[in-house]
Amino acid sequence: MDEQLSVSVEVPRVGLRAQTANFLRAMWAVVWKDLAAEWRSRELLTGMLVFALLVILIFNFALELDAKARASVTSGVLWVTFAFAGTLGLNRSMAAEKDRGCLDGLLLAPVDRSAIYFGKAIGNLIFMLIVELVVLPVYSVLYNTNLFSPGLLLVILLGSVGYVAVGTLLSTMAVQARTRDILLPILLFPLVLPVLIAAVKASGGILQSVPWEEVQVWINLLVVYDVIFVSIAFMFFDYVVEE
Amino acid sequence: MEAKPRWLNVLDILTAIFFVAAVLLVFVYTPMERTMGQVQKVFYFHVATAWVGMLGFLVAAIAGVSYLVKGERKYDIIGLAAVEISLVFFFVAIVMGSIWARPIWNTWWTWDPRLTTATIVELIYAAYIMLRQGIEDPDRRARFGAVYAILGFISVPLTFISIRMLRTIHPVVIGSSDPSAEGSFNMSPKMRVAFFFSLFTFSMFFADLLWHRVRMGKLAAKVEELRLKVSA
Repeated sequence: MDEQLSVSVEVPRVGLRAQTANFLRAMWAVVWKDLAAEWRSRELLTGMLVFALLVILIFNFALELDAKARASVTSGVLWVTFAFAGTLGLNRSMAAEKDRGCLDGLLLAPVDRSAIYFGKAIGNLIFMLIVELVVLPVYSVLYNTNLFSPGLLLVILLGSVGYVAVGTLLSTMAVQARTRDILLPILLFPLVLPVLIAAVKASGGILQSVPWEEVQVWINLLVVYDVIFVSIAFMFFDYVVEE
Repeated sequence: MEAKPRWLNVLDILTAIFFVAAVLLVFVYTPMERTMGQVQKVFYFHVATAWVGMLGFLVAAIAGVSYLVKGERKYDIIGLAAVEISLVFFFVAIVMGSIWARPIWNTWWTWDPRLTTATIVELIYAAYIMLRQGIEDPDRRARFGAVYAILGFISVPLTFISIRMLRTIHPVVIGSSDPSAEGSFNMSPKMRVAFFFSLFTFSMFFADLLWHRVRMGKLAAKVEELRLKVSA
């Protein structure tokens, strides 16, 4: 009797741990698949990188980025570049799944759907961070500044997490629509506006070395947005891939 | 086809009567505001249309949740109806605000939190309509619409807060009063009567339009069904 009782208590706990392990394994499998595919084709990252550099080049002519103007617009230029390059990557990463029927394969796998969501989101986040880590030194060299500060890196990480969390969910919707290429930015930009505002303000504050308290307000907003939208995307991904 | 419900007729007529009454209240009953004069009258309808706009987006978000939970087609129809109506009302609110802002702020437009957020709300729901147009499968269209309506509704307060952290000059007539706001005023009792009356009238107007639009949506769904049956 005693033994039975202990067993019946033990089972769900082991089940939970096994479930977590399964979840993580499935998630990393998706991330790994994306990274391996990218390593072999190098389609997505080259596209995003070249595009990001082109955007900076265009800004150079459009805004006359002399030393005085740069101090105030650098953060804006950076985030516009990240946002544009980001949509390119998000669209491509999901379109590749859809076109070759990989998405159906993934959905057939006996794993939690949210593991697929987090796998794709982490993959997209890695691509976006790589692009950002290339753009920062290039911008620093081209305009003779130093953009590497721990604060700015934190803001870029937080901003990218919020951007990718919503972007992965919306790109899953967009690729299933007829007008998919033009749809993603239209769906995404109005929703991630708080991220972009907060990230531009926080990066600008850090680059102009204003007191930390003024920057912290924006970082708090970024954290709030990230928490809210990661959990919402987690809740809704099931409805978006359901057949 | 089912006949037009009697209560809908009643609501139509009541809304029309209340609307005329609201216009009379605003133009005849309320006193002239001392500093702003005639143009202040736009306030009664400006706030009422903006209120209907937000109400519709709330209805769409609730309908979205209900659709995802229950999966019944009628919630999708309600959600689309609410967004369509609110899109128009919100646009009217923005235009009326501009008409008021020209003499008071000396500009048609300024990038104030409320104005900017209003624009973004319009863009979010325009994107909602575009998303729906891009999808043929009715079930998928309904699911995506529901998800996007909820996401949009949640992001709007965050957008507002983030823009509000910059500066505002929009007057807040109800609740807190900010001395730096330009064009603010205190409502007299008569103004308050007209204000709440027009709020109520516009809410009724919204309910009436929503009912009509939902009826139309149901008919459209039936037509779509019949067409599939004929072509199959």
